[in-house]
Amino acid sequence: MISPDSIGRTFAGTESLTVTQSQIDAFCAVIGESDTTVAPPTFSIRITLDQSQAILSDPAIGLDWTRVVHGDQRFEIFKPIKAGDSFTCSSTIESSKAIAGNQIVTVRSDLHHNGTITVSTWSTLVVRG
Amino acid sequence: MIESGTTFDEKIFYINRALVKSYADASGDQNPIHQNEEFAVAVGLPNVIAHGMLTMALAGKYLTDIAGGSANVLEFSARFTKPVIVPAGVDVDLTVSATVTDVSGGRATISLSATSQGIKVLGLAKAVILV
Repeated sequence: MISPDSIGRTFAGTESLTVTQSQIDAFCAVIGESDTTVAPPTFSIRITLDQSQAILSDPAIGLDWTRVVHGDQRFEIFKPIKAGDSFTCSSTIESSKAIAGNQIVTVRSDLHHNGTITVSTWSTLVVRG
Repeated sequence: MIESGTTFDEKIFYINRALVKSYADASGDQNPIHQNEEFAVAVGLPNVIAHGMLTMALAGKYLTDIAGGSANVLEFSARFTKPVIVPAGVDVDLTVSATVTDVSGGRATISLSATSQGIKVLGLAKAVILV
């Protein structure tokens, strides 16, 4: 169960991550993208998936990642990601509700670069009961 | 010319076990349900399934082509309605198409469709691109 006081809270990651050209190249190769000068629209999941799991792994938050199924995903891209960009990630539990024995949790993760948000992402996680 | 009602030709991507493994490495998502058939079946899946985010990444490639580059994609969202099931030794289709639903202020809203073996795998797939 998500602890009620975690809902609406933002948890800031401390790690700074630098995107490399080889990470963008590998992602582009999978989808057949030949322009590797900017990252593809969904590339940021490479950072936010790991980061949000790390940031929201405190047992006090109560999110059981081993029972999570990805329900939906949304990206808002304010600036394209390029190789050499460094980001910190923050994650916010926007909502949590119980439906049919499962918990439906919306997590927003933002990638910050020099004090501004480059990409905001929303993931709906279905935590199986 | 992109205007409300414009439709784009369907494109078929092929997904196989090798592509799913490449995506696992490129995305860092090494969940065994995407690689290990025995594990996938043990947790109640019919077979190995592709990452929902792989189907979204491929639909994103289709979108990028419409938009004239990744830098022109401003928003992209989708619901993972059904998994893409990937048996060993088979190329399964991911069939993507799109329609423009609105154009205003230099931005177009795009509605995307994505199916595999005739089954809808992405729901409410929507994007906003610069035009």
